[in-house]
Amino acid sequence: MNSSLERSRRIRTIGIYAFFIVGCVIMIFPFVWMFLTSFKTVEESMIVPPTILPAEWQTKNFQDAMASLPFLSLYKNTALMVFWRVVCAVVFSSMAGYAFAKLRFKGKNILFSLVLIQMMLPSQIFITPQYQMLAKLGLTNTVFALVFPGLVSAFGTFFLRQAYLGIPDEIAEAAYLDGCNQWQTFVKVMAPLTKASMAALAVFTAVFAYGDLMWPLIVNTDLNMMTLSSGLATLRGQFSTNFPVMMAGSLLAMIPMVILYLFFQKQFIEGVAMTGGK
Amino acid sequence: MANVKAKASRHAKSESMWGYLMVAPTVIGLLVLNIYPFLDTIKLSFSKTRPFGLYELRGIENYIEMFSSPEFWRANLNTIYFCILTVPLGIFLALVVAVMLNAKIKGRTFFRAVFFLPMVVAPAAVAMVWKWMFNTEYGIINTLLAHKVNWITDPNIVMVTCAIVAVWSAIGYDAVLLLSGLQNISKSYYEAASLDGATKLQQFFHITLPMVSPTLFVVLIMRLMSSIKVYDLIYMLVEESNPALTNAQSLMYLFYRESFVTGNRGLGSSVVIWTVALIGLVTVVQFWGQKKWVNYEV
Repeated sequence: MNSSLERSRRIRTIGIYAFFIVGCVIMIFPFVWMFLTSFKTVEESMIVPPTILPAEWQTKNFQDAMASLPFLSLYKNTALMVFWRVVCAVVFSSMAGYAFAKLRFKGKNILFSLVLIQMMLPSQIFITPQYQMLAKLGLTNTVFALVFPGLVSAFGTFFLRQAYLGIPDEIAEAAYLDGCNQWQTFVKVMAPLTKASMAALAVFTAVFAYGDLMWPLIVNTDLNMMTLSSGLATLRGQFSTNFPVMMAGSLLAMIPMVILYLFFQKQFIEGVAMTGGK
Repeated sequence: MANVKAKASRHAKSESMWGYLMVAPTVIGLLVLNIYPFLDTIKLSFSKTRPFGLYELRGIENYIEMFSSPEFWRANLNTIYFCILTVPLGIFLALVVAVMLNAKIKGRTFFRAVFFLPMVVAPAAVAMVWKWMFNTEYGIINTLLAHKVNWITDPNIVMVTCAIVAVWSAIGYDAVLLLSGLQNISKSYYEAASLDGATKLQQFFHITLPMVSPTLFVVLIMRLMSSIKVYDLIYMLVEESNPALTNAQSLMYLFYRESFVTGNRGLGSSVVIWTVALIGLVTVVQFWGQKKWVNYEV
């Protein structure tokens, strides 16, 4: 009895591992293939059946990709866009989330309904007028333009309001009795208690800002002001048949985020799981 | 006594002042970045573009043009087809992965991280690799199949190709969300069920599925919404010169092309308004239908 139970458990475990091994191959193979292709010559990439490892590990594709795209600028633009969007989302949403959750003031519900309206509408409905505002002000092709739609975050406000609602009122009252004013109570006592939620919002904002394609494509058409995503779209147009160069470009575009992911894998996944359902 | 009252009212006053100050950036931002643009898009959808960034109100002309355009109806079909191909399969696979990740085995953190990987890579880069692998002449997929399938340029196949890439990209994200739902199920249900002699399969259908259904509903709504709004993957896989474009163009791709390539922002805005209405309709249907299968009694 016991040994048959043991055996069926072992078979189950083997089945699960088999599933995961097949799954991992399917998930990882495209990246391996991208990596290997990026070191092959165009001629070698067109051999049928394909070679697995490059005959010679040459870096010409990376040079070509960097020659047609200003990758340093793209890294800088993307990093600044992600950084400012994260800072704005976390700071402004914390302030508003705290006020909506804990402070009493007239018109609170009406103002909060603005947050809900924004959350219900898909972002594409704002794009054309947002672009026209920037164009009128002559602010296209700037880092500010990239950050613009992310200056405030309705989702972040909603999410951090939930976090503050979960903190008992007594804590804020105690801080107030200790002589803190509203701002001090918020900054010194309440905000630190939402650290996990702020981190989750930061990860969520960063991942989606980094992957965003339509907005950077529309608003910054100057090659030096593009992000990694919109730069890749341009590279695709230039090297439509030269796959090794495109693989090199894609590899260069994904490396910074993948390295961050390797170090903060747990924070990434938990952050997204916490903010999940958006 | 009067002193206390005065202090309390001063407190209330400062509280509401801080309230306004702290919501100000967000409220002003929402008004400028979202509420005004929302109303402006509605206005644009009733306007014709004129030179020098001017607009002229033209009633429902754009909508008439949109509804009489075969390209628009084709984009609707494409979008719906994309949803049918990706949503049920994607969520099913994500649930399978989540259930597997919930088993007590070594290395599950690693497996979870691997499935989640496509989320942190920009969709633009993901699409590029798949475009290469799906290449007709030299792609590794056709080599393995020993058959020359025109994955990207055949109008009948191109949407399936997009769907494969979309499912592959989203599986880890959905699985992570479902996994957090699974982990909330108390072990005692399973213990009681095994004492009663329920098999693993019975346990899945009678415990796991009903208990995870609220999470499943959230994932379904989210996945459906983002599938209706699909743009980036298709844009990267199917460029504008591709002969299969008409069969792959989603509503948001059409919006992008009308508004920012052709420059017909009025018509583009009509397409967005239509898409928002579609999303609203689908969401209402989902919330109405959830009563039949989502279980909140825990």
